[in-house]
Amino acid sequence: MTDPHASSSRAADVRPLVLSARDVRREYPVAGVPVQAVRGLSLDVREGEWVAIVGPSGCGKSTLLNLLGAIDRPSAGRIEIRGEDVARLGDAAATRFRLTGVGFVFQRFYLMPTLTAAENVELPMSEAKVPRAAREARARELLAYVGLGQRADHRPFQLSGGEQQRVAIARALANRPALLLADEPTGELDARTGTEMIALLDRLNRDGTTIVTVTHDEELASAARRVVHMRDGAIVDDVVKRPLEDLAR
Amino acid sequence: MMLRLAFATLVRRRARTALTVAGVTVAAAMLLDMVMLGSGMRESFRGFIEQQGFQLRITPRGTMPFDSETTVGGAAALAERIAADPDVVRVAPLLGTRIFTRRAADDSVTAGFLLGLRPEVQGDYVLAEGREIAADDEMVVNGAWLAATGHALGDTVEVAQGWEPQMRRLRGARTVRIVGRGRFVMLAGGERAAALRIGTVQAMGGDALRDRASVMLVATREGAAIEAVRRRLEASDPRISALSTAAALKFVDERLSYFRQLAFILASVSLAVGFLLVTTLVTVSVNERLGEIAVMRAIGVARWRIVAQVMAEGVALSLVGAVLGVGLGLVTARWLNGILAAFPGLPAAFDFFLFEPSAAFRSLGLLVLCGIAAGAWPAWRAATLPIAQTLREEAVA
Repeated sequence: MTDPHASSSRAADVRPLVLSARDVRREYPVAGVPVQAVRGLSLDVREGEWVAIVGPSGCGKSTLLNLLGAIDRPSAGRIEIRGEDVARLGDAAATRFRLTGVGFVFQRFYLMPTLTAAENVELPMSEAKVPRAAREARARELLAYVGLGQRADHRPFQLSGGEQQRVAIARALANRPALLLADEPTGELDARTGTEMIALLDRLNRDGTTIVTVTHDEELASAARRVVHMRDGAIVDDVVKRPLEDLAR
Repeated sequence: MMLRLAFATLVRRRARTALTVAGVTVAAAMLLDMVMLGSGMRESFRGFIEQQGFQLRITPRGTMPFDSETTVGGAAALAERIAADPDVVRVAPLLGTRIFTRRAADDSVTAGFLLGLRPEVQGDYVLAEGREIAADDEMVVNGAWLAATGHALGDTVEVAQGWEPQMRRLRGARTVRIVGRGRFVMLAGGERAAALRIGTVQAMGGDALRDRASVMLVATREGAAIEAVRRRLEASDPRISALSTAAALKFVDERLSYFRQLAFILASVSLAVGFLLVTTLVTVSVNERLGEIAVMRAIGVARWRIVAQVMAEGVALSLVGAVLGVGLGLVTARWLNGILAAFPGLPAAFDFFLFEPSAAFRSLGLLVLCGIAAGAWPAWRAATLPIAQTLREEAVA
């Protein structure tokens, strides 16, 4: 078993920290009984890393992802994304942080069914007040990047599961976030589409996107550069499988 | 984009949205009708009495115009005295009684209302056909009278102020010529009516009606203090009461208070129904989209934007319903007016439902405000969803 804090202590790695979590705890009541979903967890993620968080169901993976993305608040501890303590943000600031600081990809895609693929990608940019022309151009560019350049005007029900997840990834990248958070991104996809999705994530990472995924998918975990194992709300193993040297600085 | 999302959400469930809009339309129509009913009768009555151009009504003391058969004697002298008042410009004495006429076809006798008046100052009928009375033996009648008697304009007929059924004899009969057909504004639809010069009617009535009048309509000069004139005239003769237009309206207002209360209650019910319909639809819509809303919050859509989106749905439903409700309300008001106008004893030209744009738009504006309020709670609920918990529950569901 490796040191859970190994990644932060690698002297060779001089890339800046994107994420630094320290002694993070999350406790919430279930039927009146307090449950510790995350217990004093610490984790550093550097720019360009692709971290897969794995572990049995109920070990706190998704809770951790929610905490990192500021859609949930820790009971204790610090979570810094690019030096900003997101655990202390008020609602408006946390909303703003989610809009521009991180990108979310969900297991169930969660595209807006009444909007086209391009409009779904434009949604976060519209919220961030990006001018219409710029956001339309960026949406087309992102859809082309994820291989859906010809499907921009299609609505979610006209797309397959894999295509919807690609649109969701494009949406997550719309405002150029520092970190892409993906919760079981292959969970709803068949094996072949899942493999395509992993290839897309790999390409994204090679192009410089920092990714943290939560997954049960062994293929996805094995594609990540680093695998963090969780059990009972704590990190029990942290394995770097591919160093960052292959990435362009 | 939030507005687009709101409207797209409504369009997504077309049937449900259409049903809700239909419900709000009915509520808006009912609200409009009740507002029209609440003020319609009063304003209609005001229109009548102001149209006549008289500001005061002189009646036998303690009576209202034509609410009994009481008359006041010495009518000519009384009219002269009233006309002598410096603020009075016109006096129109009226005498109401019965008229009996033999039908043209079978010689049977038809009864009706006979109004004795001065044609040059009358304001009781509007001439629809023919000409005004110019001689003692000329008569203006209404369509109902013509239909009942079988006579026509230009006919010379025998009319009487009394009928003795045992003897089958007309009493106080006169031969007159029908010179005009008029619409008697204060009479009920279908009520047969005729008008002759007041002197002719007094003569037909013999001693009982000689020099008597039921009402005297008084027009004052412009700028006169009407209440002062009213008091002065009333004090001048112990046998008479003087009623101003304002007092008549107040009297009618009191009589119509039941209608207004009913209209107010039904209008409130309409508003409540509209409010509940919109609240229900928006709440159901939000409940269906909890996952979507949580995701929007997760990807950084601000709370107020979620509130605006959800409330826009409520506003759109109310607005469309209100606009359609105006059309439906006007159609139903016209239909109901036809039914209510057939009530016995009501003036034919009396409108129960009066469309006043300002009142209508105020009430429909209130409905739209209700729509905004109706969206507020589901909107706030949507905006304050716990994101992580909602996403977890949606995933499990």
